[in-house]
Amino acid sequence: MSAITMRALTKVYPNGVRALDALDLEITDGEFFALLGPSGCGKTTLLRTIAGLELASGGSVHIGDRAVTQLPPGKRDVAMVFQDYALFPHMTVRENIAYPLRIKKVDRRARGEKAAETADELGLSALLDRRPGQLSGGQQQRVALARAMACHPQVFLLDEPLSNLDARLRLEARTFLKRLQRELGVTTVFVTHDQAEALALADRIAVMEGGRIRQVGTPTEVFRRPANTFVAGFIGSTPMNLVDAEVRDGRLVVAGAPLPVPDDTPVTDGEKLVYGVRPEYLDYTAEAAPDALHGQVVVVENLGSFSLVSLDLTGDGDAATIQVVVPEGREPQPGDSGWVMPRPGRSLLYRDGELVSPAAAPAVPAARAAAAAEQ
Amino acid sequence: MTGRRSETGASPAPDAAGLGRLRATGFLVPSLVLILFFLVVPAAWTIYLGVTNYRLTGLAAANPEIVGLDNYTRALGDERFRTSLLLTLQFVLGSAVIGQAGLGFAIAYALRDRRGPLRRVVEGFVLLSWILPSSVVAFLWIALLDRDGGTLNTLLGIPGTAWLLDHPMLSIIVFNTWRGTAFSMMLYAAALENVPRSHLETARLAGASTWQQLRDVVFPRIRGHVLTNLLLISLWTFNDFAPFLITAGGPEQRSEILPVYVYKVALSGGELGFGAAISFVMLLINLVIALVYLRMLGRRKEKV
Repeated sequence: MSAITMRALTKVYPNGVRALDALDLEITDGEFFALLGPSGCGKTTLLRTIAGLELASGGSVHIGDRAVTQLPPGKRDVAMVFQDYALFPHMTVRENIAYPLRIKKVDRRARGEKAAETADELGLSALLDRRPGQLSGGQQQRVALARAMACHPQVFLLDEPLSNLDARLRLEARTFLKRLQRELGVTTVFVTHDQAEALALADRIAVMEGGRIRQVGTPTEVFRRPANTFVAGFIGSTPMNLVDAEVRDGRLVVAGAPLPVPDDTPVTDGEKLVYGVRPEYLDYTAEAAPDALHGQVVVVENLGSFSLVSLDLTGDGDAATIQVVVPEGREPQPGDSGWVMPRPGRSLLYRDGELVSPAAAPAVPAARAAAAAEQ
Repeated sequence: MTGRRSETGASPAPDAAGLGRLRATGFLVPSLVLILFFLVVPAAWTIYLGVTNYRLTGLAAANPEIVGLDNYTRALGDERFRTSLLLTLQFVLGSAVIGQAGLGFAIAYALRDRRGPLRRVVEGFVLLSWILPSSVVAFLWIALLDRDGGTLNTLLGIPGTAWLLDHPMLSIIVFNTWRGTAFSMMLYAAALENVPRSHLETARLAGASTWQQLRDVVFPRIRGHVLTNLLLISLWTFNDFAPFLITAGGPEQRSEILPVYVYKVALSGGELGFGAAISFVMLLINLVIALVYLRMLGRRKEKV
């Protein structure tokens, strides 16, 4: 049992910065969990508070059924892989991997065997007698992982695990990490500022802002139903379109165009809402269509297999820009006039920044949502 | 570089600055002359004096005679010289290696994560003791350790304790530690900045104690700084004359370290030839100390 439970966890630094603000979070046993947010949102502080490198100013942390809030890091049975891997340059790979065992007074032979065994699992056997300086970035990361694995901790903590690798290696390492975590089945928490990384790796994601958690959910939930406009704007490689809207006569007026109110959302006449829809869930057409937004194409960005098209909506006075994903071969030209149709069940409404659309939505395969986030 | 040279074709000089051998020599000559006159000549003069019976006054001052290695055999056989050498080693070990380096490191380590007034005050005081002139500091210490009106005895409430008479070596060791800690502290503070935080935290997560963190993370990282620091402060302390201002080598030569011994023999005793011989022996010892440290530094470079 190595679930992690945080209750009213608060961290206030001596300079008065409130990095964690009465935060409640449960991470279940064996889960691959992402802490996602912009820099300064408290995600790293949260990870370090779980590790014990920072002491909480208030609240509690439990690992399994042990209260660890006041325990020093060495007694928490957690292992952390740092962003820079923190390999000791004067030790060989073997000594680095065996280091936690050496501190735990495991005898020389046993820890040598354990190090060799762990290295073997990660394909490092040939490198045991090298020094970290002689290894590539990817190899260094695997040594750091091996060092974390060697003492069989209850929890792995990874600080920005992919940020020090170059782009090509990053994809490889991502697949490798996910497979390793599946195989080991150890509760793993990682910090990232990259939403694509979080969506791809994690079983569940906590999106953080200003020391608070704004949404916790599976990648599909977070991607498809962002709980608030902050998450909506943060998740997805192309941010969600968020446009001011008003309810008039049972219709939702977005930039002058009346649309049907999506998914029977309870709305009252005359209220102002924010209409949200992902560029991936919009269809562009050059012919006039019912229940569509009309506008003029201003920018076409080629993103490989698709293009991101920005349109200035020509509504009654309310200027707004909306982005739409157009498959390759069907891109309009800047200056063209076009219509944008939301796909059914893919539009969301936000009242005061919070999601009001009901949860019932026709299922879209999770793989597709993830793939869309990928791009 | 090569591309540029072939382009212009003007600079025939193979050196990076493009000076040419002649002009480069021109720049070097003044400093070489200074070094020759103020370092090499006196050193050679010392070696020459060391094999004579040259005295400050009297017949031998006018007509010094070559006495061969007599001065050296006399020094090595001299009980007072050997005692002095032993005291010097105590002084270096106690005040430089243990005192200055140890205390300097301890202060630097304790303050490594601190910013703000505490750090500035401590650093300020430590630095102050370093930048004051030796004569001023010596006077302050005499006042501190005085038997009757001394500050220390007043503070401890034990008037009449004669620190300089009963514990002369301890007194000058503590004095020199107090005086020279700043250098080590600053050097180690800079070195500790180079120890990555994540390395220390990795050790902490593994459950390493403070001592284990120092052994496994900090010292391997700052080994070069430690050796350089020890080399410098060992040599400075070995040649330090300031203790003379406090104890004058006494009582009964119990704090007579080598620089004080040379001064007494050569200037008070007037035996310049004998003093020069001892000076040369000191020079050799310094050389050995330097070589040992440099060898250790070199071995580290090979390993990495």
